[in-house]
This record gives sequence, structure tokens and C-alpha cells, in this order.
Amino acid sequence: MNVLFPRHLKQLFKALAEPGARILAGGTDLLVRLRSKPDGPDGPGTLVSLDRLAALRGVTEEGAGHEPSGGLHRILRLGAACTHAELLAHPLVRARLPMLAQALADLGSPPIRNMGTLGGNICTASPAGDTLPPLLVLGAEVELASATKTRLLPLEQFLLGPGRTALQPGEVLTAVRVPVPALHTRQHFEKVGRRDALAVAVVSLAALVRLGHGGKIAEARLAWGSVAPTVWRCPEAEAALVGRRLSLTALAEAATLVRTQVQPISDVRASADYRREVAGNLLLRLAMLE
Amino acid sequence: MKLSFTLNGTLVRADADPDMRAVDLLRELNALDVKEGCGTGECGACSILVDGVHKLSCLLLAAQLDGRELTTAAGLGGQAAPHPIQRAFAEHGAVQCGFCTPGMTIAAAALLAQNPDPTRLDVRRALSGNLCRCTGYVKIVDAVRAAARELADAPAETPAGEADA
Repeated sequence: MNVLFPRHLKQLFKALAEPGARILAGGTDLLVRLRSKPDGPDGPGTLVSLDRLAALRGVTEEGAGHEPSGGLHRILRLGAACTHAELLAHPLVRARLPMLAQALADLGSPPIRNMGTLGGNICTASPAGDTLPPLLVLGAEVELASATKTRLLPLEQFLLGPGRTALQPGEVLTAVRVPVPALHTRQHFEKVGRRDALAVAVVSLAALVRLGHGGKIAEARLAWGSVAPTVWRCPEAEAALVGRRLSLTALAEAATLVRTQVQPISDVRASADYRREVAGNLLLRLAMLE
Repeated sequence: MKLSFTLNGTLVRADADPDMRAVDLLRELNALDVKEGCGTGECGACSILVDGVHKLSCLLLAAQLDGRELTTAAGLGGQAAPHPIQRAFAEHGAVQCGFCTPGMTIAAAALLAQNPDPTRLDVRRALSGNLCRCTGYVKIVDAVRAAARELADAPAETPAGEADA
């Protein structure tokens, strides 16, 4: 095995052309996998560390494009190699994307948050990836760059299955572009695990709810983690909430739809029945947002 | 790979294979206060400070240490001159087998550098990546809070020669 430390993007793309090149971001997943299965698909080969690459860090607010509706359209651009701790401490992330901040606060442990990166959480594409449900309902796009071009892809098209993404050989995830939700939009994230910290999610829910006239729901975007091979959406529940208030009655009806539709599996952390029950229950918490 | 980094204030030069982990190199360099528990980032026994940030040396390659400034538990203080955190652990019975203790003290040092007056919940959160399988956590939290109080009471250090600067 070989390790390279590119210092700028040109060196990065050259390194990614090495045979068997793999990107090493925070290492919290990849190094564990490499050690448990040294002959597996992850290794050996060349590890390309992002440690010395400043180009993939930093948070910026871009904006001022206008939506068709005339509203101001702002984007938070999150560098893919930002650590979870860096993002969690960032004032723009806390102010604009509180549900992502909540997910980051629940992710791993302090040292894991100091090492793991947003890009790593996305590219690992775990069914339990904590940042994935919030980023999905926020309508995030991933910015993918290769030596010759840069392309944007909606996150839901990037995530193909457990551990599978649309990342091509020679490509790197450089940033995540997150539209800043409009005013009067409520954000919520909650994760249920076996313990409060350092727990893989048993079920998680991210919700983005836009309230219109008289507190009635104009749009609800809901995404669950750990109940399907990738982040799971429930259009039936979303549709059932539109035009209602965020009342327990409306949420309980939507929760019933969720429990009917969701098809989780049983594993070491929880049974399918428990996950189905909790996936519905998590929705009831949204009554606190009214 | 030729590496050089600062280990507890001393410049170290080392040669490491590309796939060698930081924890293995550090233990080879006789930094035996860095323990390996789970080797998968879940127990915190291998905690070190890298440029002041709490990280896990089992999830770092040795090559990633090049040019960095490392602090292990022994770098906080030793038997002759223990760090207030280390003294508080001893005085509060926060140590039983001792295997988790170096990592616990590193996590505590990282916390107190950012938050000099943590609540019990702050301490529990900051130490949530460090597992203890003997004493339980009550005495450990007591010790960290006591160390915080002692550090707050201590007069600020004035390095010799800088007083007039």
C-alpha cells in the first residue's frame, strides 16, 4: 500500500490516476475496513489522503440568484473535507441549517467528529449515515470534480445503495451545495440509537416543513435513516400533511401511512417491527414545531 | 516514509511503512501511555492531541503525523509534576485498572481547553468517545470538574522573561 498527500487539486487528480487509488478523508470508516479485510475491495492500492488539501475545506454562502417566485436564493457551500466538528462549530451552519447541526452533534463521538468529514459520511453511503436524511430534505447537491470537468448531482441521485455512490473513478466529491431554506420553514432532526453518543442510528428522521397561510403546511419533506438500503422518503405521508396544521391528529394519520409503507430489516441493533413503530413515532415530535 | 513531528515537546524523526498506524508507531517510540483498545475508533484508549485537537491514533496513519505537534497523556504531566487533571483523577478514585485513563485525561484536556467551566453534562458529552469498563463514570466526571476548578483558581502562567514584554 502507498499513501500520497496532494497539496493542491492538480496533484490530487494526478494521485487519483494511480492504480487502485482510494480517497482517504477522515479515515474513521476506511481504515477500519482496510484492517478488517486487507484483501477486500478497498485495498491494497494507493490511498490518497485529503489531509494537506486546503481546497476542499471551508464554508461559504453564495447567493443572490433569484428563484422563479422572486425570493432570494442562497446556497451554503460546504467543503467536502470539512470535519463534522468544524461544521458543527460554524456560525452559518448553525444559523441556516439547524437540522444538519443537530445531526452532526449526534454523530459519533468528539474524536470521531474531529476526524470524520462530511464528504466521507456521504461517500460511505451507509444506510445509517447521520448527515444524509437532513441533506436530502434540504435538497443538497454534490459537486463532483475530475481532472477534466466538474458536475453537479442531486444527492438522491448520488446515493445508489449501501456503500454505493455515483462517484466515478478519478472523481472526487469537492463540496456539498445546500439551498438555504426560506423563512417560515421549520427544520427538525432526531436520531434514535442504543445510547446517546457513539451510536449507529436505529432510526432517524429529518423533516423540513414550510408553513403557509394560517399555519397550514404548504410543503413537508421527510426522510428517514436506517430503515431502508438508502435514505427513505414517504411521499404518501408528505402529501397527507399538506393543507393540515402540525397537529398531533394530522401527524398521527401520517405516521400510520409511514408504518404501512416502510419496510425496515431486523439486525443486531433493532427488529424490523421496532423500527417500523419508531419511524412513525418520530413524526409525532413535529407537533412541537407548531 | 521519513517522518518528523513533535512528540510531547520533543522533535522526533521516524521511518514508517505507508500502512503503519499512528498508534503502532507511537508505541514503538515507547509512548506506551497510548493504549490500543478496540482498534476501530470506539473506545478512545488511543486518544492523542494532534495540533491540540482530540483524535484517535488507531484511525490515523503514521504518515499523517508528519509535521504535526502531538501530545499524549505523558505530555500533559508525569509522576514528578502531574497535570491538575491527572492529580484530580488520582484524588477522586477515577482510576481502577488504568487502561482508559490516558485517553480519558486527553479527552478532558481537550474539553477544558475549550470550556474551562463545564457542567456534568458537558463532561459526559466530551468523554462520550472514551469507554471505561471498571469504575463507571461518576468519579471520572467528578475528577474532570475538580480539575477545572483547580485550573480556574491557578494564577495564569507568566513565562520567565515575558513579564515586561
